[in-house]
Amino acid sequence: MSTIENQSILQLRDVTKIFARGTVDEVKALDSVNLDVYDQDFVTIIGSNGAGKSTLLNIIAGVFPPERGGKVIINGDDVTNLEEYRRAAYVGRVWQEPEVGTARKLSLEENLSLALLRARPRGLRIAINKKRRQLFCEALARLGLGLEDRLDTPAGTLSGGQRQALALVMATISRPAILLLDEHIATLDPKTAQTVLQLSDIIVKREKMTTIMVTHNMEIALRYGDRLIMMHEGRIVVDMGEADKKTLTVSDLVTAFERAAGEQFKDDTILLSPR
Amino acid sequence: MDVAGSLLSMSWYEGLVFGLVAIGVYFTFRVLSFPDLSVDGTFPLGGAIAAVLIVSGVNPFVATLGAFGGGLGAGLVTGLLNTRLRISALLAGILMMVALYSVNLRIMGRANVPLLREVTSFDMVAQILGVKSGMAVSIGFVLVVVFIFVAALNWFLRTEIGLALRATGDNEQMVRGLGADTNKTVLLGCSLSNGLVALAGALVAQNQGFSDVGMGIGMIVMGLASVIIGEGVFRPRGITSILLACLGGTFLYRLFINIALRLGMAPGDLKLITAVLVIIVLAVPYVRKKIRHEWLPPAVRW
Repeated sequence: MSTIENQSILQLRDVTKIFARGTVDEVKALDSVNLDVYDQDFVTIIGSNGAGKSTLLNIIAGVFPPERGGKVIINGDDVTNLEEYRRAAYVGRVWQEPEVGTARKLSLEENLSLALLRARPRGLRIAINKKRRQLFCEALARLGLGLEDRLDTPAGTLSGGQRQALALVMATISRPAILLLDEHIATLDPKTAQTVLQLSDIIVKREKMTTIMVTHNMEIALRYGDRLIMMHEGRIVVDMGEADKKTLTVSDLVTAFERAAGEQFKDDTILLSPR
Repeated sequence: MDVAGSLLSMSWYEGLVFGLVAIGVYFTFRVLSFPDLSVDGTFPLGGAIAAVLIVSGVNPFVATLGAFGGGLGAGLVTGLLNTRLRISALLAGILMMVALYSVNLRIMGRANVPLLREVTSFDMVAQILGVKSGMAVSIGFVLVVVFIFVAALNWFLRTEIGLALRATGDNEQMVRGLGADTNKTVLLGCSLSNGLVALAGALVAQNQGFSDVGMGIGMIVMGLASVIIGEGVFRPRGITSILLACLGGTFLYRLFINIALRLGMAPGDLKLITAVLVIIVLAVPYVRKKIRHEWLPPAVRW
């Protein structure tokens, strides 16, 4: 049953991804994954290295298609074979490295202007006008980092955290259907990571974005978002909603993981947050 | 005219016309991060198209525009080799440069087409103004052409498409993530770049009175030298200042070359001197870091 509030934004049906097929290095990165993400869900995904988290995001963003038979449906449209740049209308993304999300040599307002035109036809109008500059100014001012005074400086002069905050605004300014946060705080120092994480949370809630956040950190996965997914060897092994999440601790999560994965959890150091 | 005056006016003219080449090179190397070597072939292509059209009786202004169009087409092919067939940018440019040598010979039917008896764009301008052809007319006409194209580029690079083009060389992954087809922006950029270079070839051929199949040799290195000098001397920030720095860099480079020629340097040594100049400028930051024992990244190989 889908009501207005409970509309399915993203549907993955039988999505499999095999890399280096037919060679000794063959890897099944995703194994018949089925997933429904509903309007305004804030999903956190955890899993050890090689669990398929990044592959999942790449499939959603259209970096590569799933194997034959798999389906990716966003907002009711089958986008399975839509190229990445055409899919940008549906998907906003913040990458792990700040260098990937922003253009170094372009100014903040030029970066934002590129993002504002996400999947809209780009024409021969001047890219930055007074109205747009006003919009960028307001969007940056809400971050509280003082970036609104540096609209014409190159993005490359910002710090990693500032660039990631800018990337966050760029990913959301044109309101795509889904926001993908791909371990977007992993390369930042702990304090900056905290700031960017809080900004992400504020923006997701204010803009009522449907969000999928990949993280290595169980603590963060538990504290943020209203739904938690754990992946292991290309499959979704845990999928719990807000009610279950609230009472959960990191050790519950480890137990759940062990049970679901059906094997002793060997490298928990990767998943547990260093406190 | 005194020596300094003639040196300066020669350099003014050359700075403007070869400035178009520098802007073209800037477009591919710096804006797109696409080291396009087809420039050595598209420069004589422009000369060849303009010369053959003028000899066959076409209006010289139309012939010049035709050369611009031919350059656009050649650049498009270079871009297609890279985006559709996944041939590396460097190799795609070299392939085009080699292929264009034969194409240019075919267009002209021989290695050299003289234009001395023909009415060129420069003669037309002189006629319209009712003055004799000469350096002043050459500079004036080239100035107008360069102004029109630079103004158009200055506008274009600020448009939504132009912005996507500039971002492509900076961060291709991001541009795709934001919904612009970077294959198309690369095609557009390569095309425009080679169009400008061919336009310069057409103007040079008309002004010197002949088109020659070998007139493009070393054009890419000359363009790079001009861009590097322009960036180093003028330290441009923003689109307009970058375009002007390309012109300024070309003027300084040409002035330097003209003075060297006047001092008795053999014209044949010109390319070697240019290459050495580029090598020195490119090596300076590396050597400086080495002396200071700073960390050095591995060599860039594109």
